[in-house]
Formats: sequence, structure tokens, C-alpha cells
Amino acid sequence: MNQSAPEAVHPPLNWPAYRSTVRRAPSRRLVGLPPTLTEQRGPTAAALLGDHGVGPLDHDLTRQHPGEPLGERIIVHGQVRDAGGRPVPHSLVEIWQANAAGRYLHHADRHPAPLDPNFSGVGRCLTDAQGRYRFISIKPGAYPWRNHDNAWRPAHIHFSLFGRAFTQRLVTQMYFPGDPLFDQDPIFNSVPEAARPALVSQFDLSETVPEWALAYRFDIVLGNTPFEDEEA
Amino acid sequence: MRTPAASPRPLLTPSQTVGPFFGFALPWPDGPHVVEADYPGAFWLRGRVLDGAGEPVVDALIESWQVGPADCRGFGRCPTDGQGRYAIRTAPPEPVPGPDGSTQAPHLALSVFARGLLHRLVTRVYFPDQAEANAADPVLALVDEKLRDTLVATRTDDGYEFDIRLQGDDETVFFDLA
Repeated sequence: MNQSAPEAVHPPLNWPAYRSTVRRAPSRRLVGLPPTLTEQRGPTAAALLGDHGVGPLDHDLTRQHPGEPLGERIIVHGQVRDAGGRPVPHSLVEIWQANAAGRYLHHADRHPAPLDPNFSGVGRCLTDAQGRYRFISIKPGAYPWRNHDNAWRPAHIHFSLFGRAFTQRLVTQMYFPGDPLFDQDPIFNSVPEAARPALVSQFDLSETVPEWALAYRFDIVLGNTPFEDEEA
Repeated sequence: MRTPAASPRPLLTPSQTVGPFFGFALPWPDGPHVVEADYPGAFWLRGRVLDGAGEPVVDALIESWQVGPADCRGFGRCPTDGQGRYAIRTAPPEPVPGPDGSTQAPHLALSVFARGLLHRLVTRVYFPDQAEANAADPVLALVDEKLRDTLVATRTDDGYEFDIRLQGDDETVFFDLA
């Protein structure tokens, strides 16, 4: 298969506007490694989940506690494909997020906003045969951080995807359309401008549930599935 | 609306940092246990993650991956602790085929995620008792000879130690899979 040059979509490691990169980004050039068998394979969902599997409510972050969480109920869904446009089926998708007040259920989060006893902010699911996933959650709040003067993170949901090969492993963040905090966020803006729209979900009226929840669509594209290229 | 079928070569979704607040979400109790303790040859891979100032990175997530043995899930995941330490119990990896009929020395692939890493770092762990296989390994051959030692673990009582230095003179070699 004709391999086009890698698209410049990923952020650089050294991005001083995001201060935490300054002492953590490698200073030497990365060594190019054409994927070998090791990188062309990856853990299957069955191997990752073992006997636990995915629980029936793991995808629904609004039903993991006795009561319902506060906030705007949302459906977040999309399709996971590889760079060749092929759906990535039966692969693990993990998400985590702050609650509606912008607070994580994490001991290091010092934002003076309330925790919600009915919201953990953790979900996971498997993509279906067409690579589709669907979560039910509440819209996360923006929150302050100390990167620069009066710094606020735009509302976002963290995503972790395995795909079907080590090369496809991806951790990213999904944002919401039209967020006024984009301009001052060095994490969002670390991505080359042309690629930033791919991080922003789209409001999806067709998937809203009347009288119940709004919906956002976030399609995800992972790297190639090398063994499928071999077989093609 | 995006129409997946009409876009056969879509742009990749960009990476973003895992951030500081994944600890309540991604680790799971047996994540560090690629194999059970009684698995033949099971050993602990332990190490520290250090930043460019030599300070421990206390909010990193290390994931290991290996192809085989066949009855081993191959994947491990461990967050670093308050001293920047991680520990993964796994099975001895087997040699796997490399490009052009070559054979790769036994190795583990590691991903490093952390606040301040906008994209995961990828490295490999090789083993000090495989000197001959390491010398013939096609991936180590891509690495400047003076830096190869950063990819070789050291022996310990219950396995191996592999520190990950993100930045500096003794920086670990990281790979670009693109």
C-alpha cells in the first residue's frame, strides 16, 4: 500500500507554553522505528478485560451511583476508524472526566468546587462491529489550573483507545464546540491548527433524546492497522 | 456532518496529554500483573521515572506490551507512586521475528504517559543476560551505540530494573513509530 508522509497532527513534545513539558519532553530526537511484529500487534479486548469484562453500566456514567449526578445529561458517541478508513471493531475505549462543577474525583485536584456523590466520571465500553461507541454522561465543567495567569482548561473528556495494534494506542481529549476557552489553552493549541477541529466534538441533534439528553459526536481516527495493510 | 464513507483517508485524531488526574480512572487492581506469580519464569520489572531535573515523576502511567508467550495477555499497566516508581510482573518475552528474516532479541515495548507529555513516549526494555541476541537485534541496531545501554535493564533479586529518564544527558532512547 502506498504510504503517504505522516500527517502533522500530533503535538510536539517540547511545547513550553504548557509548562509541564519543560522538564519532561525528551531533548534528543526520537529514533524512527518502522513497526515490527511487536508494534503491529496489540492486546485484544479479551486479554485486557479478562474475567471482568465490561460491566452493563460501565458506559453510563449517570447510573453508577444510587442517585443521578447533577449537570447537563449528554450522549457522547462516534465511530473509531483507522487511517485507511476501516472501522476498528471490538476495541476498548476508556473515558474519564471532571464533574459538572469542574472537579475530578482525584486526591490531587484542589479546585474548590464540589464533588458530586453521584458521579465518578469514569467509563468504558467496547466498539461494536462497525467501530461505534456510545457513552451517557454529564457535560464536564471547565476548571482552573496554574499553568499561567488565570488559566482555565476548556471543558473536555479524556479518551484512551487501544485499537488493535500497539501503534494505534491513543490517549486524547474531546472538546465541545465553540468553547470560549480554546484561545488561551496551550494543551489544545499544541496541536497544529489544521488538526485542532478533529479534537472538537460536533453537536448532533439526530442523536439527542427528546425530553432527556443532548448529544455530541466524536469520531476518532487511529493509525493504520499494519497487519490489515499486509493482508490487503 | 462528517460522513465517514466519503473520506477514505481521514486525518488522524491528535494526541493530548493524559494529564494529572487519570489515577482514579485508568489503573486497575491487577493491571501490573501480566501473569500470575506462579507463571513459569515470572519476574518483576521495576523502575523509576525521572524528569530532566532528576526529580521523580509521580504522575506517570507505564504500560508494557509483548507478543507472547501465547497464554499471557501480554499487557501490563502501572501508575508511578509517590517516589516515581512502577512495577510490572510479567513473563520472559520470547524472540520474535524482525524485518527481512531477522530475529529480534527478547524485549518489552513500553508506553509512557504523564502530565507534560503531549504524546506518549515509546521505548523498549532489553535484557542484560541476552547479550548475543541483543548484539544482533535489528531495532537496537537503529540506535546510536553509545545510547543502547539506556534500553537494557539491570538484574535484580526478583527480576529487572529499568529506569526511564525523560530528559537529560542520560536520557532514555525513545522511538517514533510513524
